[in-house]
Amino acid sequence: MNMATTNTTAPLRAWVDSIGFIAPGLPDWPAACAVLRGEQAWLSAPGILPAPGLLPPAERRRASRVVKLALALGLEAATHAEADPATLATVFASSGADGHNCHALCEQLAGGDRQISPTRFHNSVHNAAAGYWGIATHAMQPCQVLCAFDASFGAGLLDGLAQVVSDCVPVLLIAYDSEYPQPLHAKRDTPDCGGVAMLLSPAPTAHSLAAIKLDPTDTAADRLSDAGLEGLRTAIPALRSLPLLKHLACGSAGTVVLDYLPPMQLRIDVQPC
Amino acid sequence: MPRARNPGLNRGRASALRPSAKIRAFPVPGQDVTPLLLSSFTATTCLGRGLDATCEALRHGQSGLQPCAFETVQLPTWLGEVGAIDDERLPGHLAHYDCRNNRLARIGLETDGFAGRVHEAIARYGSNRVGIFVGTSTAGILQTELAYRRRDPLSGALPADFDYRRTHNSFSPAEFTRDYFALKGMAMAISTACSSSAKVFAAAARQIALGTIDAAVIGGVDSLCLTTLYGFASLQLTSTQPCRPYDAGRDGISIGEAAAFALLERADEAVAGDILLQGCGESSDAYHMSSPHPEGLGARLAMTAALRSAALDADDIGYINLHGTATPANDAAEGKAVAALFGKRVPCSSTKGATGHTLGAAGAVEAVVCALALQQGWLPGSPGTRQPDPKIPIQYLVDTRPAELRHALSNSFGFGGSNCSLIFGVVR
Repeated sequence: MNMATTNTTAPLRAWVDSIGFIAPGLPDWPAACAVLRGEQAWLSAPGILPAPGLLPPAERRRASRVVKLALALGLEAATHAEADPATLATVFASSGADGHNCHALCEQLAGGDRQISPTRFHNSVHNAAAGYWGIATHAMQPCQVLCAFDASFGAGLLDGLAQVVSDCVPVLLIAYDSEYPQPLHAKRDTPDCGGVAMLLSPAPTAHSLAAIKLDPTDTAADRLSDAGLEGLRTAIPALRSLPLLKHLACGSAGTVVLDYLPPMQLRIDVQPC
Repeated sequence: MPRARNPGLNRGRASALRPSAKIRAFPVPGQDVTPLLLSSFTATTCLGRGLDATCEALRHGQSGLQPCAFETVQLPTWLGEVGAIDDERLPGHLAHYDCRNNRLARIGLETDGFAGRVHEAIARYGSNRVGIFVGTSTAGILQTELAYRRRDPLSGALPADFDYRRTHNSFSPAEFTRDYFALKGMAMAISTACSSSAKVFAAAARQIALGTIDAAVIGGVDSLCLTTLYGFASLQLTSTQPCRPYDAGRDGISIGEAAAFALLERADEAVAGDILLQGCGESSDAYHMSSPHPEGLGARLAMTAALRSAALDADDIGYINLHGTATPANDAAEGKAVAALFGKRVPCSSTKGATGHTLGAAGAVEAVVCALALQQGWLPGSPGTRQPDPKIPIQYLVDTRPAELRHALSNSFGFGGSNCSLIFGVVR
């Protein structure tokens, strides 16, 4: 089966204006760029999550790791592009919600006292990070929240690009994943927090890094030659984006294939600005 | 198959907040507002399995709510529980998906001949050209709650038979549906709490408009679990009585469960009586995690955006299926937004007194309610509501009544301030 379209005018396309990035050993996009370009070696280290300074004090106290992660990613991308987050439509894509909160709820509900805390409950929704993003940035634009397990980045990119093209507006894609504690960790072994944010624009801007267009394909995904980075790509679903990010970091043109949902993969053509 | 030049539906956005005009760098499809066809649809709720049972109950003002007798839950509340879900057994090749939520999904798919219509669409378009968009808030988390009661007493490990990916994960009902139909293309779950399965309509419409897929199986599946029952109780949002949407004395929700699906395609061959998706509007409250904006600002933006997307005016709408959860705050906020846009002219009701609040499935269930109202010429009343709140100046329908209408609007709002309004029409 060949799912690649013969249509050369792929409908899903946009300009990438900026990136936000957090992964183990890579605290932000400049740090990731240096490693993706081969200027520095990747060294394993726990992911660092900045405090969510934009949130009001009550929400800041309640902000979990996954909320800190998503907010930091989105704000880094908005800052690099000098974009006002309040004006941006958003797509949040995550393979799971707040694993620690989920564990605490399930543990309590399995015990004798089932009177769970209201904050734990509202933090349990898959769109908790998106909700805190709205409170922090005052963005009233459409906010999508997706999940496709290991294919969540691809799902986010598909919907984000569709919004950019359909509505002719910039869309901030925030793809992120976090870890579960035991005993769920044994069933879902995402090792740490990590993710990527991309500001996708319908037209080139002064900040645009590259134009991208997306076609379906059934070709195997690109791998990274650096074993450490390849480990991140396969361990954290949002980092299935790394082959694309390598082109963006290097400013190189080319075509990459990203993992999505077998047998459908995403072929992305990258043309630097 | 040749494609229409502009086959899509343009989604509305919050105009007051719209960024200034942009230079178009390439042609933008979807600028013409072209409706999409709901070529098949179905709903299973506590009212029964399928459209006939749903119609029968709604036309007679019946409620499916019963005092809570779910699992080991001990709460003074009423539930919209779907009967005999756990008698279902998934077929062998899908057995690893087995959990209450996917059993309910399968019931939904196999009701009203829906799966057959999907198979026909797959034969027509190909297995990589039919997308899957399923909304859910908790998917099969009940399976995890139950697994936590069976942890190894020494190691704390979860039981070996527990499959996180195919039961608990938010993607599981979408992945189940994709595997059920042996599809090979695009799929995603949307999980924005109680707006989830309204937003699937918008996401699928975008992709069909752009021609990346030819059809989409869209829907919502959410099933009862301890997290939501004890969670809403902890927020003091559950009523001890059957819920009373928009009643002066309303005091909370009744939680329900449901599976509702639709098959969305281009409307090139629509005939009289067919139901069309005509507009979608999405917005965010940016206000609070579990309380709506008190003035209903986000709700108003979503409805305004849906009207613009459908190229319709408020006067074109003949019925509004309200989100209407029956909490004091939700109905007051939504009522302000509806009153501001529609005044008392448009008949409105919430059908959650009949079905309960089916959370992530509510958007799809209520889309089906709108489709039935449009096709059959009646407006559903509001079982449970006795005295509509005089402080909410809208035309609230307590009793079902006949009415011919062309367009209906459905509201769905969720935790985290996620809002989605949909507009449906009937081909005359």
